[in-house]
Amino acid sequence: MPRWGMVIDLDKCTACQACSVACMAENNAPLVGRDESLHNRAITWHYVLPEVEEGDYPYFHARFLPRPCFHCAEPPCVKVCPVGATYVDEEGLVLVNYDRCIGCKYCVTSCPYGVRYVNWRHYHWPEPMEQYLNPEVPLRPEGVVEKCTFCIHRLRRAQEEAAAQGRQLTDAELVLLPACNQACPASARYFGDLDDPESTVSRLARNPRAFRVLEDLGTEPCVYYLAEEKN
Amino acid sequence: MERERFGKHAVLFEPLLHTRPAFYLAVAILVLVFLWGAVAYIYQFTTGLGATGLNLPIPWGVYIINFIFFIAIGFGGTLTSAILRIFNAQWRTPITRAAELITVCGVIFGTINVVFALAKPERLLNLFFYMRPRSPLIWDVTAIGSYLVLSLIYLYLPMIPDIARLRDTFPRRKRFYRFLALGWTGSEKQKKLLERVIGLLAVLMIPTAVAVHSVLAWIFSMTIRPMWHSTIFGPYFIMGAVFSGIGALIVVMAILRRLLHLEDYLKPLHFNNMGILLLVMSIAWLYFTVAEYLTVFYGNEHSEMVVFWAKLTGEFAPHFWAQVLTCFVIPFALLISRRTRTIAGTVIAGISVVIGMWLERYLILIPTLGRPMLPYPQPSYTPNWIEWSVMAACVAAIALIFVIFAKFFPLVSVWEIEEEEAHAAAGGHQEAVAPAKGEALADAS
Repeated sequence: MPRWGMVIDLDKCTACQACSVACMAENNAPLVGRDESLHNRAITWHYVLPEVEEGDYPYFHARFLPRPCFHCAEPPCVKVCPVGATYVDEEGLVLVNYDRCIGCKYCVTSCPYGVRYVNWRHYHWPEPMEQYLNPEVPLRPEGVVEKCTFCIHRLRRAQEEAAAQGRQLTDAELVLLPACNQACPASARYFGDLDDPESTVSRLARNPRAFRVLEDLGTEPCVYYLAEEKN
Repeated sequence: MERERFGKHAVLFEPLLHTRPAFYLAVAILVLVFLWGAVAYIYQFTTGLGATGLNLPIPWGVYIINFIFFIAIGFGGTLTSAILRIFNAQWRTPITRAAELITVCGVIFGTINVVFALAKPERLLNLFFYMRPRSPLIWDVTAIGSYLVLSLIYLYLPMIPDIARLRDTFPRRKRFYRFLALGWTGSEKQKKLLERVIGLLAVLMIPTAVAVHSVLAWIFSMTIRPMWHSTIFGPYFIMGAVFSGIGALIVVMAILRRLLHLEDYLKPLHFNNMGILLLVMSIAWLYFTVAEYLTVFYGNEHSEMVVFWAKLTGEFAPHFWAQVLTCFVIPFALLISRRTRTIAGTVIAGISVVIGMWLERYLILIPTLGRPMLPYPQPSYTPNWIEWSVMAACVAAIALIFVIFAKFFPLVSVWEIEEEEAHAAAGGHQEAVAPAKGEALADAS
């Protein structure tokens, strides 16, 4: 059974945010509008975090941290869900059952990385926009919590196509599979199976430049970053 | 005539017989406030939780604060009726019924606030259909559910002898009282049985209340967020519940004393004794707060210090220092001296503590949520009119329950007072000792 993971090379990343835009379009992110967005209610499964600059000019250092869900192997959000609406699937993905979530938001408060979003209102798409909706991704009802799925719909489709041809998915097919990776103009993002020691992601995860965010919390994130300078 | 009908303690039945115009005015105002809050909630229900001031990364606000706050207020009832009962403090007798009613109201309205906080309240029953016991919220459902059932029984059982008396003497509502009196005749056997059951319930109430406040705290301390993930939270919440419970109880006692003319029952002695308890708890509060903050400060972990400084000198400094003032400085200054430990003094201290403990819950929730561990843009949360209206409606509803309760049942346990008087008259030395000591204390003040 694979364990899906991602590697993002911060030394290649230009913080263009194409990943965030691609994610919103792919996953039918609701159009919350300007006011709600200013009120921190935008739903952005993928978000580019600005890292504080360190040091004094000319030795300062700025960096950006593109942040999908980390799909932790020890997810704090899953433990606290009172109804089992958020769960880890057999391939290690942390997912939400939109039909069961009661909107208590306990998972939102227990996630140290802030990857979970709340549907604060009933969102709708204006006239022509609704025709751009991705039919493969369900629309989320008002009140439930949602988050990055590592584009599970793309993954499932690829797996089914491969199975129909009687073969396994190859590493090359997987690397750019999620929408964010596909959109990255700098080719800074990699996706794949962390349990396969030969896969691109597990090779990069063993790289001395690799680190994970807030690693000492013991959440075992499945997203690795590569950077010359660690922090 | 009433004196003939109800005996020496006729004043306790007074509100059941006579209704002043002020009563209708009070009910009308309370109902209006309640309806206003109901409209606010209906608006929230139809437009979604987005109608409130909540956002990310602060998805918990006034509702969760009130959830803890109201349930904690209820601890005052458990303390007086169960803990003081076990310590055989006889002076508690006139307070117990009102105190138990506070517990029941606190638990009910605390729990309702969780429903207000849900973004998908129509799926509330999923908590039972898909229960996952490893979530601290399920521990809460279990503990609070038990607590509610126990406190309802504990409110009701000691009322039975008084209800039976109303059944026999009250001119109206015969059938209602006959139903609730459960065939009470006042025989020795029934009395003995009732005493035993109340004693057993008192013993059961204490671990249940401790469990309730521990699991309330564990909602936060089971996460790995800075200044939540702490072993002190369980005891801290229990202490805080006792503290705010006593504060609220003093305020309720003073209001009842004034409105129902209970001067002969709720004496300066009671306020003095509750004041001493409140004083002890304010010192305990200082100890717990110093223990919590000093540990964090000394450890100097980066993520915790961000929250620490936000509270002490940053965005939340006004709340923090107001909390120190209201939870410690004011009650301590007022209650330390016998000269200011009067009814007025204890009431001011009580109000101060209730406000301070609300601020304390605000300071537990918002600063930690408002300082995410990754560099997100500066978050902000301001409760809006909907949340304040719903909170006002909760307070109005509790007041309304008290007002209506007072029209149906005496708010002071008459039979228990008579029982004690009978004991004292028969020379029941053991029981008479405690009040005598207390009287002396009160006289001295």
